[in-house]
Amino acid sequence: MTFLLIEQVLNGLQLGVMLFLISAGLTLVFGVMGLINLAHGSLYMVGAFAAAAVAAYTGSYLMGIIASMIAAAVAGVLIETLVIRRLYGRDHLDQVLATFALILIFSEGTRMVFGSFPLYLSIPALIAGPVTLPGGLQYPLFRLVLIAVGVAVAVGLYLLITRTRLGIQIQAGEADREMIDALGVDISKLYTFVFALGAGLAGLAGALVGTIQSVQVGMGEPVLITAFVVIVIGGIGSIRGAFVGALLVGLTDTLGAFLLPKATEVLFASADIGSVLSSMLIYILMAVVLVLRPTGLFGGTT
Amino acid sequence: MIPERLFNWGLLAALLAFVIYAQAADETYWITLSTRAVIFAIAGIGLNLALGYGGMVSFGHAAFFGIGGYAMGILASHAQGYTPIVDGWVTVNGTQNMLVIWVVALLAGGFGALLIGLLSLRTTGAYFIMITLAFGQMFYYFAISWPAYGGEDGVIIYIRNGFPGLNTMDPVQFFALTFGVLTLVLGLMHMINRSAFGLALNAVRQTPERVETVGIHTLRLKLTAFVISGMVTALAGALFADLNKYVSPAMFSWSISGEIMIFVILGGVARLLGPLVGAVVFVFLEEVLGGLSEFWHIYLGLLLLLVVLFAKGGIVGLLTRKEVRHG
Amino acid sequence: MRLTPLAALIAATFTAQAALAESHGGTKVGLLSTLSGGGAGLGVDVRDGFLLAIEQSGRSDIEVIVVDDQRKPDVAVRAAEKLIQSDKVDVLTGIIFSNLAMAVVPSTVAQGKFYLSPNAGPSALAGAGCNKNYFNVAWQNDTLHEAAGAQANNEGFKNSFILAPNYPAGIDALTGYKRMFKGEIAEELTTKLGQTDYASEIAQIRASGADSVFFFLPGGMGISFLKQYADSGVDVPLIGAAFSFDQGILGAVGEAALGVKNTAQWSKDLDNAANVAFVASFAEKYGRLPSLYASQGFDTALLLISALDKAPVSDADAFRTALEAADFASTRGEFKFNTNHHPIQTIYVREVIKEGDIYTNKIIGTAMTDATDVYAADCKM
Repeated sequence: MTFLLIEQVLNGLQLGVMLFLISAGLTLVFGVMGLINLAHGSLYMVGAFAAAAVAAYTGSYLMGIIASMIAAAVAGVLIETLVIRRLYGRDHLDQVLATFALILIFSEGTRMVFGSFPLYLSIPALIAGPVTLPGGLQYPLFRLVLIAVGVAVAVGLYLLITRTRLGIQIQAGEADREMIDALGVDISKLYTFVFALGAGLAGLAGALVGTIQSVQVGMGEPVLITAFVVIVIGGIGSIRGAFVGALLVGLTDTLGAFLLPKATEVLFASADIGSVLSSMLIYILMAVVLVLRPTGLFGGTT
Repeated sequence: MIPERLFNWGLLAALLAFVIYAQAADETYWITLSTRAVIFAIAGIGLNLALGYGGMVSFGHAAFFGIGGYAMGILASHAQGYTPIVDGWVTVNGTQNMLVIWVVALLAGGFGALLIGLLSLRTTGAYFIMITLAFGQMFYYFAISWPAYGGEDGVIIYIRNGFPGLNTMDPVQFFALTFGVLTLVLGLMHMINRSAFGLALNAVRQTPERVETVGIHTLRLKLTAFVISGMVTALAGALFADLNKYVSPAMFSWSISGEIMIFVILGGVARLLGPLVGAVVFVFLEEVLGGLSEFWHIYLGLLLLLVVLFAKGGIVGLLTRKEVRHG
Repeated sequence: MRLTPLAALIAATFTAQAALAESHGGTKVGLLSTLSGGGAGLGVDVRDGFLLAIEQSGRSDIEVIVVDDQRKPDVAVRAAEKLIQSDKVDVLTGIIFSNLAMAVVPSTVAQGKFYLSPNAGPSALAGAGCNKNYFNVAWQNDTLHEAAGAQANNEGFKNSFILAPNYPAGIDALTGYKRMFKGEIAEELTTKLGQTDYASEIAQIRASGADSVFFFLPGGMGISFLKQYADSGVDVPLIGAAFSFDQGILGAVGEAALGVKNTAQWSKDLDNAANVAFVASFAEKYGRLPSLYASQGFDTALLLISALDKAPVSDADAFRTALEAADFASTRGEFKFNTNHHPIQTIYVREVIKEGDIYTNKIIGTAMTDATDVYAADCKM
């Protein structure tokens, strides 16, 4: 049983770090630019499709991954300059609707180009198959790689934000937008960069997750909603919050789905109650956090 | 250009005329489409009260739409199966009487909105949007996982519920019924807008602090508006379930919340008949464009984007040229 | 005023639609199937098989209207309504997924239309919910899974881990397997319809100590599961009905499924004249090998044509009798209906092999002959 528990914890961590990759961009964009971007899930999808297309064309998985980040970042820059720019300072309703419109456009556009069938990526032989962890548990190597990538990105972002000049500008932008504009920082370039960075990370997540699951139109939306739950729990604008929130959500969702049905089976003789509860669990978690701390765990006072 | 009052009456008359024509031409499908538009409009009118007039951007209104739908689904399925809903100390039977179902839907929707509102209205801005979305999702996953009412498959009602004096299976009579509900709801909204409550609500949307200093309890005001809004959308949900003779968790999905917002925005936020215009346009695009191209959503997206970016007052705003300060 | 061109467009479009909808004396068929998303492969195969048979018949009086239900019940309900009320189809067919079938079929037959199912066979419609206008050309959902249970007994499995998605066909699958399988059930799990990540379920399989895994995950779900399973290092043998190992899935997972035994009423190597011709003509027209879904679509069209040869749809009673006679050369060889309008047929055991560069199935035995379903007794027709 402990092996099972450890394996499920690892699964939860893997889900968590992938959620972090997506949420980091979302929270940065909201924190720095004050913008709710529903189209973030579409950027995730764009990355996945780019990876699948390029990997199939070149035969190289690595090329596919690089392509996913570039394609998503480029798509990000495109929509930032054409659409998003007009929405800074508009009220949230307009941002929600305009970016919702973008989701429709991206989804149908992708369907027009790639068709309605899912695409599939193959795990390269080098990182395929199981490895035996100390203690004897077998676990897929690729999922361990995902956890490693996620942690690496978290560390990298942390260093970027705290140790580089760009990072200081981002922090300052989150704190007081008008001030850094007055101080001579090129706001529009900063915004475009932040948006592209977030997009690239989302695209990478799409490619990585698409490898184990599948690449299809509409894959971004369920993930988007979960990402919003993550950043609201963590506190909008906080990378640290996104990381903690992502791990919290990943573990809660995975362990909840696994344990709750068994628990209610024992307590109430019905696994169905547990299934129902586990599917609602992360939203209950979010509602509880918001009621206790209306701006999230690490959020500032807004 | 056109005075708004004239536009409103004109639109209602045009819709009636269209349905009469469809009846004469024996095009029952057009009547079904019109009924669909009317029901969507009612859902949008509900949202419009909270969002347009009250400034509360609720991205979870599908929760109420679904509550109304399931109120109908639960009552009617028990009635058609001849099994009581609760059979113990008190026996509660199902019913297929629309009037009863509507009352239950209104009460359930109002109760749901009260609970959700009490918890959500503690937050503002983006957090409010997210928490209402989360509540919508909660209902969605609950409905999918709840096996008693079909889970993901939903509930089919074989015969449309009855309304005293009408044959509701007849498309044109059912349309007339929903149209009647629409006019009632519009009348209610019109009265609210002109009342002290409506004026205060408008003020709260624009400058909440000032309203507080005048001594009006803004939270209570917003909560009341939110509850009424939830009730109206729940009623639309019950009607929608009757139109399709089918209820499913899809009624709770966030894309429905998004679509209801689209009706409101396309038509014009805080316009009395905005949601009707938006719903008619949406159903029209869905049918006509959907028939021409399977990728019609892209055109809907482009239209929505253009409206949000450039046509702030929606379609009603474009045609009547009177600006309603929003935001 | 801005409204005028818009009004003209509306008028023109509706007039055009009305013109098209006018009856032209022939038979109109509505083919409502899943043509997008994770389940698309199945719907596309059914559609392609159906249309191939119509084309080969040379008849010009059958009009087929193809609509995508996107595997969404509400889309399916509305599309069916439109096909019946606006396009005025005489026969409806095509639905892949049982939850959509449950939403659409009762209302369709209640309006007096015929429904020929090329795939979904929920138990509710085979038993108490059966209807004189409803015919199932494929199978009743439980049957292939019962055969898998029988095959599991033959293989000597004693302790199975079973999983399927939580929807009518999934529940039918688990019920069917358990009905025939004589061993213990190590664990029974239901997953979400459309679920893409099976890490949690695979972890539980690993820990369960089962000697076999029975799973029912059609289309994209099966592909995701098989890929993840192959990567996980869990090597408990798999068994299932053909739905988890059809030609489309094999094309995507290939090696991961090699050697697995699965049960079906059809395989491309079935040796009868109709099937040989079907496989060859399908491959030639579409550039890929047919799956069992394609054969089901093909057979459904053949059934329809055979009935139309005897009576027009407008004469409902004669048409129905003609359908019940099932006088056509099926890709399965002989074809006959039971009293509840579901087939009585042989279920074969197939093994996944590699033929040159392609992974496909080969028949290695028979699991059940003259298989019927247990629900026929409840059907009061």
